[in-house]
Amino acid sequence: MTVKEASIIISGYGGQGVLFIGMAISNCAMDENKYVTWMPSYGAEMRGGTANCTVVIANDEVASPYQTNPDYVIALNAQSVEKFEMKIKSGGTLIVNSSLYKGHEKRTDINYVYIPANEIAAKIGEIKCANVVMLSAFIEKTKIVKIESLKKVIRNVITASKAKLLEINELAIQKGSEYIRLPICN
Amino acid sequence: MTKTAEKVLLKGNHAIAKAAINAGCQCYFGYPITPQNEIGEYLSVEMPNRGRVFLQAESEIAAINMLLGAAATGTRAMTSSSSLAIALMQEGISYIAADNIPAVVVSVMRAGPALGYIFPSQGDYFQTVKGGGNGDYKVLTLAPSNVQEMIDYTYKAFHLAHKYRTIVFLLADGLLGQMMEPAVLYDYPYEDIDNSSWALDGAKDRPGRWIGSIHRSEEVLERKVLELFAKYDVIKQNEVEYETMLTDDAEILITAFGSVARIAKAAIKKAREAGIKAGLFRPISLWPFPTEELNKMARGKKIVLDIEMNMGQMVEDVKIAVNGEAKVEFFGRPAGFYFTPDEIFEEIKKVMEGLK
Repeated sequence: MTVKEASIIISGYGGQGVLFIGMAISNCAMDENKYVTWMPSYGAEMRGGTANCTVVIANDEVASPYQTNPDYVIALNAQSVEKFEMKIKSGGTLIVNSSLYKGHEKRTDINYVYIPANEIAAKIGEIKCANVVMLSAFIEKTKIVKIESLKKVIRNVITASKAKLLEINELAIQKGSEYIRLPICN
Repeated sequence: MTKTAEKVLLKGNHAIAKAAINAGCQCYFGYPITPQNEIGEYLSVEMPNRGRVFLQAESEIAAINMLLGAAATGTRAMTSSSSLAIALMQEGISYIAADNIPAVVVSVMRAGPALGYIFPSQGDYFQTVKGGGNGDYKVLTLAPSNVQEMIDYTYKAFHLAHKYRTIVFLLADGLLGQMMEPAVLYDYPYEDIDNSSWALDGAKDRPGRWIGSIHRSEEVLERKVLELFAKYDVIKQNEVEYETMLTDDAEILITAFGSVARIAKAAIKKAREAGIKAGLFRPISLWPFPTEELNKMARGKKIVLDIEMNMGQMVEDVKIAVNGEAKVEFFGRPAGFYFTPDEIFEEIKKVMEGLK
């Protein structure tokens, strides 16, 4: 069997919820009976710097949960773009939170996808959902897992007592995946 | 006891902590150190919730001696730590071994020597298997390679510690401790072991007992050490554990333990696709080392390539085991740099080219 593996680095400011969306997509993969690993960056990170995690999804046991050259990077802030843009595998994809990054593309051998995640989240009424907007756009774009799986995972994470929060997150999933279907993204 | 039959996404360190609770661990003693802090963090909440003991010691030296004391009463107990802090525990480890005390120590390796840093490493194979404490003793050592095995071998560590009244190490590394992976947290599968014949549980209605390692006569001390090694012989006969993959027709046999073994598996699959007959021999019990099994496996192979995240430690046991049946080569890096499957694949190709 040929091992098919997709590696994703999710990166942003501490507090933007990058570890959370890493765990969310890992749970989606697990629910779809795929092999998956999640690995946080726990090295010499600076306070106020970027936090990131690496998720590897595969059709066989994941060899290494740590990947220096990922297939995909989900960058929630400018520093994350600067840190990982040059490390993405040729042919890979960089998904950028264009609300916080206005730089120029440095490579021609990778795909760039721009999501104004902060604006989309602000319109929903909860800027903290920018991470879920980014993840939903990523899932819609790559189809690595099903968007239905994400809805299920979010429902499991957010308990009934926080119905309002669940509603907002479901809206974030909808808006994130809708945005990727707009002509501007294709 | 929690009963979960379905897969859950678990962090390696949490898997150990949850398994320890399921295994009936009554006392945890420890002192914080990265990359194993989630074990103590989790148990600091969950042990008191269950009326069990969580105690943050003033140092690792205190922690290992608290473990000695608690386990001497027959209580299931453990500590966890890492590398430079396990170094501080070595005196207590020798005492626990000499005293036939059933204790579990979790060692989540980081890069050394000395302070080094929190990067994953396998630099403490010698520290664990060859021992840093004084005198003739052995440490039963189990090396998991994924989060599921963190559960499986934590259970087994408690079982073997009590079955043989011996110290058992679960030897993981920072990568296994920090990563999350789906795993099944099933119930502790082993029977309780009766310790009423030896435990220091209060001398009510019976004569007092003594557990200690000072023996002022040569005859007695020699007898005690020989008894210890008679026990080790039984462990060697019963508890050798290893995993193999694609070894039957292999021309090149990779040896690797712990997290490196899982990366080696991907490299071996690549090698097979490229027409190179590669196979894996992965020791799971590092002591007792699968010496005879590896010797048999090495016969007829062109070469054995040992891969470790250190400068070459297990390779010495590999060479003893292979004992001239095949050439043994080593490939390693010391300071937290993880091999990619491609790096190992390239090394396999290089080594095979060298044979031509």
